[in-house]
Amino acid sequence: MQEIPGDLKFMKSHEWARVEDKGTVTVGISDHAQGLLGDLVYVELPSVGDTVKAGNAVAVVESVKAASDVYAPVSGEIVAINEALPDKPETINEDAYGDGWLFVIKPDNLAEEQEELLGPDDYAELIENEDD
Amino acid sequence: MTQKTILNDTHRALGAKMVDFGGWDMPINYGSQIEEHHAVRRDAGMFDVSHMTVVDLRGARTREFLRRLLANSVDKLKAPGKALYSCMLDERGGVIDDLIVYFLGDDFFRVVVNAATREKDLAWIQTQAKAFDVAVSERPELAMIAVQGPNARAKVFGLLSPETRAKAEKVGKFAAVEGDGLFIARTGYTGEDGFEIVVPEAQAVELWNRLKDAGVAPAGLGARDTLRLEAGMNLYGQDMDESVTPWEANLGWTVALDEGRDFIGRGALEKQKAAGDHRVMVGLVMDEKGVLRHGQRVVTPSGDGEILSGSFSPTLGKSIAFARVPAGSSGTLQADIRGKLVPVRVVKYPFVRDGKAIDGI
Repeated sequence: MQEIPGDLKFMKSHEWARVEDKGTVTVGISDHAQGLLGDLVYVELPSVGDTVKAGNAVAVVESVKAASDVYAPVSGEIVAINEALPDKPETINEDAYGDGWLFVIKPDNLAEEQEELLGPDDYAELIENEDD
Repeated sequence: MTQKTILNDTHRALGAKMVDFGGWDMPINYGSQIEEHHAVRRDAGMFDVSHMTVVDLRGARTREFLRRLLANSVDKLKAPGKALYSCMLDERGGVIDDLIVYFLGDDFFRVVVNAATREKDLAWIQTQAKAFDVAVSERPELAMIAVQGPNARAKVFGLLSPETRAKAEKVGKFAAVEGDGLFIARTGYTGEDGFEIVVPEAQAVELWNRLKDAGVAPAGLGARDTLRLEAGMNLYGQDMDESVTPWEANLGWTVALDEGRDFIGRGALEKQKAAGDHRVMVGLVMDEKGVLRHGQRVVTPSGDGEILSGSFSPTLGKSIAFARVPAGSSGTLQADIRGKLVPVRVVKYPFVRDGKAIDGI
C-alpha cells in the first residue's frame, strides 16, 4: 500500500484532490480504491471544457472485476485530462497518486467546497475502519 | 462462518487479496489477476481449489446409480481412471450442479462438485443413492491444487517419484492416475493442459511450496474466472442453475439421450427439445471499450436476453461474455451498458484455445 501524501484531500468515495499552486485541482482515485478494484482495464474521462458539479459522477474507471464512477470533489471546469490513461489504465494501479491522475478542475468555489473533503489522517482512519 | 482451506496461511503469506467465495475465504489475486492469467496461458500457474467438494461413491450398484443421477452417460467410462463431465438435473431438467465423475473401480466412483452447492448436492446425491445401496462419503480431508498451463505438466513431473512420473506422463486427457499419495487428474478449468491434483491436507502445503519453487505461479480465483470464460467453460450459479436446462446453457453436448436410460430430468429435456423454441446461450465479443458484466440486458430483434458471465479478456484485450438470448439470435446484438446500447458480436466459442484467439474472435 502506498503512503498517503500529506497534501491531498479525499472524498469518502475514494477520490483524491490536490490543490495546485496555480489554484487548479488535480483529481484521481486513491491507492486504496485501485487495490479494491484490482487490475484496471478501461477509463472513461470527461472532456476538457466540461462543467462539473461537486459530488456528480464525471468519469468511470473499470477493472476486470467492476466498474466504478468517479465523482468530482469540487465544482468547476475541466481544464485537463490525463490522455495517456485510456491506453494505459494500469498506470492507476501502479501510481494512483502520481501518473495515475485522471483530470484537472479549475474550481468555482474552492474555499467552501474543500471544507467538505477529508484530510489524509481522516481518510486513513476511514479506510482502516472499512477493512474491519 | 467462513471456511478456510489448509493453504489459507500460505496464501496470506504470499500477499494474497482474500475474498469470500461461496462461504470460503479464498485468494482472488496475489497482486495482479491479469499477470496471473498470462502466467497460465504462457507458462504455468496453480490454483488452490481445495474448497471444491470431493465425494466418493462405493457399492456394487454405483454405476447403475450414476446412470440414473447424471445427464451424461457414465457408460462412456470404460477404463479405470477415466473422467466424465456431466450435469446433475432435477425432475424438471434444471441443473442442480455440474461435476466431474471419475471411474476408479467396478464399485468405486469419485465425483467432484462445486463448493457453493455442496450442501444441496450432498443431500440430493444421498437421497437418490438410497435406492441403490450406494455409500456416499465426502472427503473433506483432501485438498486440491490445479496446476495449469503449457508447461504445467512438465513442472509437476519433476516433483514425482520415478514410478508415479511414468504413470503421470502416460495419462491421457480427462483421466487420472494415483501415486505418491496423490490423485493426479489431467483435467482443468482454464483451457490449458495441466493437472488437478487431489492431495491429503497433510501434504498440501509442501506440494504447493515445491510447485512454487519449480516456477509455478500462484494464481487466484480472479484469473481462474477469466481463463475459464476465455476457454468457453460455464460457471455454475452464473451461467446456469435450477431454472435452466442444459439446452439453455449450451451444455447439450453433455446430455446423452442413450436408448432406454431413465436419468432424472430426461422427460423434461426431451419435451423441451421437441418444442425447440427455448432460449440459447451464445458467446459475445465487444469491440468497443468497456466491459460486459453479469446481469446487463442484451437487445435482440426477437426480444431481450441477458449477460451471464461477462468480463475483460486479458488474452484478447477486449470484453467477452456468455449471454442467454431468444432462439435464433445471431449477427450483431446490443448490450445495455449503464444505459448506453453498445454493439456486440455473436461468436462461436471457446474464445481462446492453446493460448491464442480463435479465428473470427
